Amino acid sequence: MDIHNPVNYDTSILHGAADRDEVTGALSIPIYNASTFHQKDISVRQEFDYGRSGNPTRKALEETLAGLESGHSAYAFSSGMSAIHAAITAFVKAGDHIVVTRDIYGGSYRFLTGFLSKFGVTHTFVDTTDPKNALAAIQPNTKILFLESPSNPLLKITDIVAHVKIAKDHDLVSMIDNTFLSPYFLRPLELGIDISIHSATKFLGGHSDLIAGAVIAKTKDLASSVHYVQNTCGAVLSPQDSWLLLRGIKTLAARMTHQQKTALTVAAWLQKQSWVKSVFFPGLQTHPGHNILTGQAHGFGCVLSFETDTTERLNTLVKNVKILTVAVSLGGVESILSFPAKMSHAAMPASTRAQLGISDTLLRLSIGLENADDIIADLDNSAKPS
Amino acid sequence: MNKNQGNIATKLCQVGLCTDEKTGAISTPIYQTATFRHIGPGQSTGYDYSRTLNPTREVLEKEIAGLENGDCGFAFSSGMAAIAAVVGIFKPGDTILASDDLYGGTYRFFETFARPHGIKTLYVDTTKDKEVAALFSKEKIAGIFIETPTNPIMKITDVKKMAALAKNNNAIVIVDNTFMTPLLQQPIGLGADVVIHSGTKFLAGHNDTLCGLVVTKSQKLSERIGFIQNASGGILSPFDSWLVLRGIKTLSVRLERSQNNAQKIATWLSRHPHVVNTYYPGLVSHPGAALHKKQASGPGAIISFRVTNAKRALSILRNVKVISFAESLGGVETLITHPSRQTHTDIPLTTRQCLGISDDLLRLSVGIEHVDDLIADLKTALEK
Repeated sequence: MDIHNPVNYDTSILHGAADRDEVTGALSIPIYNASTFHQKDISVRQEFDYGRSGNPTRKALEETLAGLESGHSAYAFSSGMSAIHAAITAFVKAGDHIVVTRDIYGGSYRFLTGFLSKFGVTHTFVDTTDPKNALAAIQPNTKILFLESPSNPLLKITDIVAHVKIAKDHDLVSMIDNTFLSPYFLRPLELGIDISIHSATKFLGGHSDLIAGAVIAKTKDLASSVHYVQNTCGAVLSPQDSWLLLRGIKTLAARMTHQQKTALTVAAWLQKQSWVKSVFFPGLQTHPGHNILTGQAHGFGCVLSFETDTTERLNTLVKNVKILTVAVSLGGVESILSFPAKMSHAAMPASTRAQLGISDTLLRLSIGLENADDIIADLDNSAKPS
Repeated sequence: MNKNQGNIATKLCQVGLCTDEKTGAISTPIYQTATFRHIGPGQSTGYDYSRTLNPTREVLEKEIAGLENGDCGFAFSSGMAAIAAVVGIFKPGDTILASDDLYGGTYRFFETFARPHGIKTLYVDTTKDKEVAALFSKEKIAGIFIETPTNPIMKITDVKKMAALAKNNNAIVIVDNTFMTPLLQQPIGLGADVVIHSGTKFLAGHNDTLCGLVVTKSQKLSERIGFIQNASGGILSPFDSWLVLRGIKTLSVRLERSQNNAQKIATWLSRHPHVVNTYYPGLVSHPGAALHKKQASGPGAIISFRVTNAKRALSILRNVKVISFAESLGGVETLITHPSRQTHTDIPLTTRQCLGISDDLLRLSVGIEHVDDLIADLKTALEK
């Protein structure tokens, strides 16, 4: 068996491109904290000349990321937002238009409405749970179809294959923010998507200790456009953080499997509580996107949202949790409880939040590696303090 | 005396000193964290998410703002990410004036990234006030982007004059201060609105990290750059923020020694028969020397020089032993670069030729080795 082409995905995560240093045999790739590289001969173009253009530690990470989602190439950025910035600006110019999933991460919303719109790039938000909406929003100047599935924070599911067809028919670059499911549960390029984007801060990194972004491109042409922006605008991931991210990816399979199991248990428990108004988790059979997700992904993820019966209940719960950490972000080994209206989606106007159903009683829970019983007990005790 | 008075050398070696009140640690802690715990809904410690604000990066940002006498500092993952963020303050239809002799990466960004987004750049020899004034009277200019000394021809622009022209026309003055650092030149005092650094270079100083820094003069610009930094996310990592702080602590000893070495090497080069021209503002023969002395406190440690022909330039690159042949500059190690083939390849050939960036030109970033060894190495390579 070729160690770089193992039979099982879980094994390929550990033995991807960067499983050993060729020179020393070290099982961990060295951290090359070098900004520049000695050039032996002017007439020979060496692989590495300047750390922004290429760094051996970052390269090992980028090859690993490309391998995880069957991409031609991948690129690592200093944050999820700089990954989105590069992926989008690589394919639009002033006057172009983007069709986007409506309930998208607040930071992506801010980027499109507050930043990109200033450069003459317009967008239309659509509910991508029905492909007809994206189709209807396409204009002659549309260049990108940008999806997020499961969406943030309401975990709505988009039919990826149907949207890929729409993008192909209209010559659009199809992109998806695959942060929530991670390559472990969803490989969008295998479904025909052109570009997959991650906030690698989340499940890929997995330890809430670094900020990173990733862009994975299906073809050489798509990849070179993204690489051009990475090198030109320079929002590259540092060698130290590239190494930390590689280290995080080694436990991706183990973490995702365990966290998903706990998420299912917690979601099922929440559904039965009288103080819980609704639970949003695509792993539940009652979730409207459950069947579509089962058809396109290898799992449901580890993030769920739920609404409490009252805002007082939400405040009590958030104030009293002991095991859960109240913070923005998600995808770490620690369970993180967040309040979208005031945190991740604060950049959205209140009226837009209301339209999307991001209410003031909605909480988002990213399930970590704690024992399921402890998480449930913490939620139970905090919601109903004695 | 408080920390913000006194000689800049004192400020430099004390950057990030005792920022951690809880432990009194002399060195700033590295907060390798993505996110921060909230006490309750809507109750923040002031730190929510590291893209927005990270305590280690914050120390670097505050220190660089203090060193450049600006309102706020911002740290990015590379010098180019810093430039991309600053150009983000302009809008489609705006025109920027830029020094015609300019780092190749900046030129590439203006031409292939900003231009398709509707921001046009006009290139002008900013050493010629009249040419700049003529452009201002002909076109609506939103900003002027200056390198002084320029990369790689080391031309000197009068920042005060450019600022006066810009002010009269409501344009923003941006100075890339990478070659000088705040130790030698403080552009905000000369009228600049925004100062940019590739912190990779002299500030970090060890060729071991990439970094971009921006300092703004006004609160309005600070808000705008802060928004762009958070919205597009090209931030510097906590570990690299710490490395840059660590580098800044030795900036004055490094740069003073590099500069002394550079002065001696430039003088030696200018007398060598195989050297046609030496571009270094520390030489009295440099056309911008007097102006540079007025606006900066030293000529820095970058020298460009032209040898008799391209073949000799290539031979030098092949034969240097102590000096490394690599892109970049500003580190403790001396580096030699071939601008036409490396840092400036993205500039069209005809433009390069007009500027004098041809194959016979070499750029030397002088480090802190013993100057005799550097001269001996150059002598052997030049005369081979």
